[in-house]
Amino acid sequence: MNVVVCVKQIPDPAAPQSLDSEHRLDRSGKLILDEADTYGVEVALQLVEARGEGEVSLVSMGDATDVTGIRSALAMGALRATVVSDPLLRGADALTTAKVLAAAISREMPDLILCATESSDGYTGTLPVQLAQLLDWPALTFATSVVVEGDTVVVHRQTEDGFDEVGAQLPVVVTVTAGVVEPRYATFKGIMAAKSRPVNVVGIADLALDIAALDPRQDIVAVETAATKSAGEKYVDDGEGAARIVAFLEQIKIVSGGAS
Amino acid sequence: MSVSNLWVIAEPSGTGITSTSKELISEARRLGASVTAVSWGPHAASVAADVGAYGAQRLLHLGDLGAVLPGSVVAATLATLLNNESPEAVLIPASNDGRDIAGRLSAMLDAPVLTNVTGLRAGASLETEHPIFGGRQTVVARFRANGPGLIVVRAKSFVAEASSDGVAHIEDVSPTPSSTRAAMIRATHVEEHSGPALEDASVVVSGGRGLGDAASYEMVQELARLLHGAPGASRAIVDAGWVPYSHQVGQTGKTVKPDLYIACGISGATQHMVGMKGSSVIVAINKDPDAPIFSISDFGVVGDVHTVLPALIAALKLRS
Ligand SMILES: Cc1cc2nc3c(=O)[nH]c(=O)nc-3n(C[C@H](O)[C@H](O)[C@H](O)COP(=O)(O)OP(=O)(O)OC[C@H]3O[C@@H](n4cnc5c(N)ncnc54)[C@H](O)[C@@H]3O)c2cc1C
Ligand SMILES: Cc1cc2nc3c(=O)[nH]c(=O)nc-3n(C[C@H](O)[C@H](O)[C@H](O)COP(=O)(O)OP(=O)(O)OC[C@H]3O[C@@H](n4cnc5c(N)ncnc54)[C@H](O)[C@@H]3O)c2cc1C
Repeated sequence: MNVVVCVKQIPDPAAPQSLDSEHRLDRSGKLILDEADTYGVEVALQLVEARGEGEVSLVSMGDATDVTGIRSALAMGALRATVVSDPLLRGADALTTAKVLAAAISREMPDLILCATESSDGYTGTLPVQLAQLLDWPALTFATSVVVEGDTVVVHRQTEDGFDEVGAQLPVVVTVTAGVVEPRYATFKGIMAAKSRPVNVVGIADLALDIAALDPRQDIVAVETAATKSAGEKYVDDGEGAARIVAFLEQIKIVSGGAS
Repeated sequence: MSVSNLWVIAEPSGTGITSTSKELISEARRLGASVTAVSWGPHAASVAADVGAYGAQRLLHLGDLGAVLPGSVVAATLATLLNNESPEAVLIPASNDGRDIAGRLSAMLDAPVLTNVTGLRAGASLETEHPIFGGRQTVVARFRANGPGLIVVRAKSFVAEASSDGVAHIEDVSPTPSSTRAAMIRATHVEEHSGPALEDASVVVSGGRGLGDAASYEMVQELARLLHGAPGASRAIVDAGWVPYSHQVGQTGKTVKPDLYIACGISGATQHMVGMKGSSVIVAINKDPDAPIFSISDFGVVGDVHTVLPALIAALKLRS
């Protein structure tokens, strides 16, 4: 069973973020592997290990000047990566990105594609299902566990108040939520092996994509500073913290006063 | 230009529709549009009453879809319907099924999606508001070409307001078979819980990593119970397995807007704050005086949850 994991390099979410002059997320700093994607890589590796055959490969779209983030996913155990990188793709929207990834993945014909439910930078959470539709595959979304039984994938799909058990026949796109598995740490051996694993960088021309169809269809009109709430009172607890909260709750009439 | 025609995905829930669906229909009506709701499931008549009450004139109803995951078939049917009609936009709740529908439909129609929307403006054209960087800035966007564009709206972005006792006119629509192999729901597991639902509670008490261990979450539950509220959580303790995901508040969890939100041992990461900063009153207990949560709190106690919470619980018990 061959599994493709869609992984993305993003600006470090822990660092201060800003938009550039074209209202796009400033991606000029160092890029790292989106932590959300490490769960997909881990699930893919576990599924292939359980099957005892097949391989895990990676597909990504984005700047390929520095592919350290991609290599860290290879170090976990993926065997190779395809990165679609093209200046024409700057500012691509989710549907455009899905078209590009669909074209790149079509050359591999995997049995299963794994994505995160949403990325940590753009977090539109729409790309995986767009990708599934472009390939005409079912999508099992918001999965908290994934098993393959014969030619059927069964997931626990998160719901508002629990989960559904949902199944579909391969090939399938599955989106996994963060925190579902403990992503493995790369071993020294893995890191060394990752250095020689192929990272194949391709452009739009290599994928025979129609550039006109890739034009984003939405504009940012303005970026406004949102009104912020100002901080209220703050007490350092000196043993009276709880009593002060009770007094405050009385003041806002959440609890009725004086009934002791 | 004002908005003349909007479609809203009204997601079924029980015998009616979800609260986010009601919020979207209410807002579409407030924007002055004629509103068409699209829904499915076994309860067409009561859904028609629900969507009508919030302001939809028309209900396109697909009937009972059985155990199939609705995304593909609802999108395929909408794609067929949208061949003949062109609303300015389709408003879609940012739920799991809503997001499945949006992604499918976008690829079927080759139409753009604007997501994580929390506000709509009817200016020269329909514009969407997207909070970024935890709500510090708002991006205003619009579709480049004429519709229908797809707009995925976060829960609690608008107020749900019943406007009439009118029942929407039902048009039965037979679902367009989707060419994609179906995903089937084989079983449903619902977690038991008592007290109000997190997203509807007027008081929410949430716990974070500062609680130290899973057992200390009981203090959060007890405080919530005493205040007739619901317990919530940061993602850190959901990921750690202390509490189920259904408790998670934030960008990838639930959006809550209670009268009172009490954050216990939660730092106030931007992704947590987007899910609760709309609360009327925010109280925080955190031992770090510089924790970001204090920047949006009306009342803060710099202290240890293991001393403040037991004392608070004891004081409230004396009163109840
Ligand atoms: C603040 C912000 C808001 C945005 N809003 C919108 C919007 O409303 N509509 C819109 O169309 N675009 C929007 N974009 C652009 C959008 O984020 C990009 O087009 C992005 O390339 C794809 O979307 P995503 O990362 O949001 O995907 P998501 O759907 O959130 O990603 C889910 C998963 O898909 C896979 N994936 C996503 N992108 C890639 C990639 N480049 N390479 C490999 N795998 C990938 C990963 O597994 C990822 O975890 C926004 C961008 C930003 C920064
Ligand atoms: C894409 C993405 C989506 C995310 N979505 C969400 C989401 O939906 N919801 C969410 O919550 N997070 C989300 N996060 C995670 C978020 O960034 C934070 O990691 C998380 O909210 C931190 O949880 P916390 O505040 O419980 O833990 P921490 O940040 O570790 O904070 C613990 C706090 O407890 C305090 N503390 C410690 N001991 C005590 C004590 N004894 N008494 C009192 N205070 C104490 C500390 O001072 C600290 O401020 C997301 C992250 C990403 C990248």
